[in-house]
Amino acid sequence: MINWFKFSAPSTFYPLAGKLIPIFWTLAALFAAVGLYIGFFVAPTDAQQGEGYRIIFIHVPASWMSMFIYCVMAFWALMGLTFQTRLSGMMSSALAPTGALFAFLSLWTGALWGKPMWGTWWVWDARLTSELILFFLYLGYMALHAAIDDPRRADRAGAVLSLVGVVNVPIIYFSVTWWNTLHQGASVSLTKSPSMASTMLWGMLLMALAFWAYTIAVALMRARSIMLEREGNTEWVKHLPDVKEAV
Amino acid sequence: MMLLSAYVAALRRDLLLVMRRKTEVLTALFFFVIVTTLLPLGIGPEPDLLRKIAPGAMWIAALLATLLGLQRLFAADHADGTLEQMALSPEPLSILVAGKITAHWLVCGLPLVLLAPVIGLQFDLPTDAIGVLMLSLLIGTPLLSLLGAIGAALTLGARGSALLVSLLVLPLYVPTLIFGAGAVESHIAGLGAAGHLYLLSALLVLAAAFAPWATTAALRISLE
Repeated sequence: MINWFKFSAPSTFYPLAGKLIPIFWTLAALFAAVGLYIGFFVAPTDAQQGEGYRIIFIHVPASWMSMFIYCVMAFWALMGLTFQTRLSGMMSSALAPTGALFAFLSLWTGALWGKPMWGTWWVWDARLTSELILFFLYLGYMALHAAIDDPRRADRAGAVLSLVGVVNVPIIYFSVTWWNTLHQGASVSLTKSPSMASTMLWGMLLMALAFWAYTIAVALMRARSIMLEREGNTEWVKHLPDVKEAV
Repeated sequence: MMLLSAYVAALRRDLLLVMRRKTEVLTALFFFVIVTTLLPLGIGPEPDLLRKIAPGAMWIAALLATLLGLQRLFAADHADGTLEQMALSPEPLSILVAGKITAHWLVCGLPLVLLAPVIGLQFDLPTDAIGVLMLSLLIGTPLLSLLGAIGAALTLGARGSALLVSLLVLPLYVPTLIFGAGAVESHIAGLGAAGHLYLLSALLVLAAAFAPWATTAALRISLE
């Protein structure tokens, strides 16, 4: 059995992350290449939506990732508060910008898709609205983290916030859904779309895997930078090969 | 009994502090009145339109007015060290925090409920709708105080905390706003407000159980 706690110390995690980063970059590039190929060349043109629908190969995986990353952040937050590990907070704060990026990307691509399909950049659809609020939650987390000077305190305050957020996300989603059905705002529903060709589904899944690998690679890189920044004056950082060369 | 007396003591103390400096209470109250007065000036005086936006407008004004008071909830006690003494006291901190949150609601939330009929008349709401509005505010404003306390505790001692609180707390207020304003709207539409009010009450029970606890955790982090 692997002793997971061994890697919860930055000094052991740093070299491990260094080894993992190229692997995940390669995976991300491979999955993205195949996924985009399927998306642009193999997948058939949609009967109703024409070529414009192809943005879903970015849009849907991006929204999946934006929600998933928030859950991962909350998981690390829980780990950090329970086991008092330094690494957990670093991982949470390393994931937040990528999560916000995906939330923004999904809103932006959704608007680009909505203009030709629905004739409007924005409708007050339940999914759009809750994605926007998720984006605000990411921004709130990053703002809180940046506003507290002591990094350990910032980590723990952020952890409490992301746990409160993760409890609230489903409540927000259902309340917005209910609000939407009451108002009868959006006339177009995403759920009523015709069933998808299996090549489209494969393209989307591969792109989701590509985004997943990208997220891991970027989060690890960011976590490594955070480690160097915070632990710059410790012995293990001074003995790192890269640092020694630079000096 | 010990817990109850600790709760009452914290509540009494905060209310007493507010009574010694009444302007702070009145500021939030006047803010509510002024915002709701400015809205018709910006939108236009047509009674039909005003009746339509009244629930949402008053609820948003209530959200903002509650935010104003949040800053005060822990900041002064943090600055003069009272909060540390509270954390050191033999009574559980969450009970004292619950007392402080209740005081915040009595000072910032309850007056809004009592003032709502007057503003509702300005917006030409029918009398029975005003009753529903008051009921929704009565259930909803404690929820705002409870959720807001978490934000206030998290931002304690952070830079630019006044603005930060609103960024953290306002997204969490979304369900309250939807069910609170929705109760009045669906009552006016003839659908009955019961569903919305039940959901609002459920959220209140949930928040009452967990928010003081989360606030305490956040306070302990801020006090480190």
